[in-house]
Amino acid sequence: MTLRRLNWPLWAGFLLTIVSVITFFSFLVWIPSTRNFPWVTLLMFGAAAVLLFLGVRRAFAAEQAKPRRAKIGAVILTSVCAFFIAAFVFSFFVAARWLPASTNAPQVGQKAPEFTLADTSGKSVSLAQLLSTPVNGNAPKGVLLIFYRGYW
Amino acid sequence: MAAFNEHGIRPVAISVDSPDISRKLAQQAGYTFPILSDPDVETIRRYDLVHAGAGENGHDIARPAEFLIDSSGTVRWVNLTENYWIRATPEKILEVGRLLK
Repeated sequence: MTLRRLNWPLWAGFLLTIVSVITFFSFLVWIPSTRNFPWVTLLMFGAAAVLLFLGVRRAFAAEQAKPRRAKIGAVILTSVCAFFIAAFVFSFFVAARWLPASTNAPQVGQKAPEFTLADTSGKSVSLAQLLSTPVNGNAPKGVLLIFYRGYW
Repeated sequence: MAAFNEHGIRPVAISVDSPDISRKLAQQAGYTFPILSDPDVETIRRYDLVHAGAGENGHDIARPAEFLIDSSGTVRWVNLTENYWIRATPEKILEVGRLLK
């Protein structure tokens, strides 16, 4: 199949959509500047959308007698990409905001509630220990508690 | 990580994950700070951070949050994100950490 026959913008748009999702979850998610607002991923989605639009236009162009399956294929591929992009945008900007209000969480100036929990070797560790065990040979100035969703 | 230690700040991570899962995470990512396990969301509940039913099979998990606690045990800075993709940057935390004695 020559490049003239192949609907390359369509396939490039499809590949770019897949690559955008993969690069976000495998790489960009670890960098605060591309995670806290996923501008790289959104730009890639934008470029993919342009390519897909050109691909669909090409498939439906009147001067090129394209077979019907090329048109159906273009519509299906574009729909799959639109689904991926919509799912990403929805999960990032909508579903990720469904969090409890946590109005009774400790506030600045309050005492942090004491706790004792198991570390990765199963040993019990208390907040008091964490606040008193030296860091780099000196008494710690503070402890940063990072609560996260986990991998279950 | 090294920057936190230089500033005398000990990061501590807490989730519902078992010690085994946390150990694998630490090995894969090269984390050397303590990672604590709260499978029954006792501490997470004490900090009012339970995200009910958000885990696998409707398991309760923690919503993401960060607290900077000074050596006297007093909370000095809190970040309760409104979007779980958006977390405090290390730079922001170090900026607050510099104020600790």
